[in-house]
Amino acid sequence: MSRYFTDLYYGAKSLMLGMAVTFKAFCRPTVTVHYPRQKIDITPNIRGRLFLVKDEDTGTHCCISCGRCARECPTGCIHLKAVKKEEGKGKDLVQYEYDYTRCSLCGSCVDVCPKNAIDFSNAYELVSFDKTDFHFNLLEEVEK
Amino acid sequence: MHELIPIIARALVYAIVMIAFGFVNALVMGYLERKIAAKIQRRPGPMEVGPYGILQLVVDGIKIIGKQLIIPKEADGPLFRFAPLLSFAPVVLPFIVIPFSKELQAKDFSLGLLFIVTIASINVLTIVIAGWSSNNKYSLFGAMRSVAQNISFEVPVLLSILCIALMTGTYSMQGIVQAQDTVWFILIQPFAFIIYFIAGLAETNRNPFDLPEAESELTAGYHTEYSGFGFSLFMIAEYANMFLVCSIATVLFLGGWHGFKLPFFEYTGAFWFLTKVYVLMLVMVWIRWTFPRVRFDQLLNFSWKYLIPFSLVNLALTAVGIKVFESVRGMI
Repeated sequence: MSRYFTDLYYGAKSLMLGMAVTFKAFCRPTVTVHYPRQKIDITPNIRGRLFLVKDEDTGTHCCISCGRCARECPTGCIHLKAVKKEEGKGKDLVQYEYDYTRCSLCGSCVDVCPKNAIDFSNAYELVSFDKTDFHFNLLEEVEK
Repeated sequence: MHELIPIIARALVYAIVMIAFGFVNALVMGYLERKIAAKIQRRPGPMEVGPYGILQLVVDGIKIIGKQLIIPKEADGPLFRFAPLLSFAPVVLPFIVIPFSKELQAKDFSLGLLFIVTIASINVLTIVIAGWSSNNKYSLFGAMRSVAQNISFEVPVLLSILCIALMTGTYSMQGIVQAQDTVWFILIQPFAFIIYFIAGLAETNRNPFDLPEAESELTAGYHTEYSGFGFSLFMIAEYANMFLVCSIATVLFLGGWHGFKLPFFEYTGAFWFLTKVYVLMLVMVWIRWTFPRVRFDQLLNFSWKYLIPFSLVNLALTAVGIKVFESVRGMI
């Protein structure tokens, strides 16, 4: 019989405590960020899609067209074309195509690049109705 | 014949106003419920349609009207269609005797309180019809559960109402309100109020007693097979039922339309009445977003082992108290 009343007492007490918890939560401000209108700062470590790093001194990319990124890529989403330089050693990059629909953002290309010419960007808003919008021409971008 | 016209006109106006009120109430409460739930979970709730999302429920209503009412192949068609409509009758009819203010009342029966209790039990019939006509075992089980719940929680409701009827000596709603001129009955009968409110939560199938809404655990309840407007009629009736339970609580315990005197108080008393009712309804919403759902055996145990014994003791104490009070007053 005493169990009956202790159950009632502790039950009622815990219900009241629960009500207090939700009331406190009710009075506190909301934590939602209204996404399309408000945005939070994202961490610079985010692995967004790839981009060719612009060299401040030369004003263009520092790719030497060695092709290691394309070879290293497990999904084969990088295609680059280069032509031999008319004077001296090395090659000139003429095309750098990157298929984001197949990229798994593993970072092998970024790790393997000897000149740190390629890196992850901070772009995370990638929405489109057309698949071909994710076939990026990185060379055009860096030259713009 | 000429005497009948104003009576019929009054009844018609009243029916239309009350049904419209039921729908508007569901809209407002649906919006407030979502907003309060969101605030408790620290999110903003509906924000996109209209300023602060106030048109969200209107849009939802239009969407739900546009939906098809799917009737299961083997279901009892006429009964299946009839049940949502019938669920509305027991909630609209009791509004006849609800005193919104001193003058704003369709009709003051001398047995008003009893009338409400009687009509409100039609709700059980609706649930049985809905569950049975769906021709689905889960609906039928759900209906059985809801009926057991409604019947067992009706007892504490009646016993706590009886305490007030004993004190005032009348079943007339207006009479009970007028008896609270000096002091609200919640101060004299706090236990009756608590018991009534908890049992009222169960009567309206609100959380933590909302077994019909336990979709993942119990395949919902009697309204499993309903879609579109049939389903939303049940929901609208639920909100109207909430309003009804809270307005009875207001009349019995919170002094009805009594409050600070406003100009034209015979009519503006409705302001105090509606304020009290909506505060109670918001408490119901607050409870819903705080507590988890009870199990079915806990639900019935709670009624039969806690609420009914306590309300019986409360009733006996009230009867003794009134007798003692009267004899003391007689001696003086």
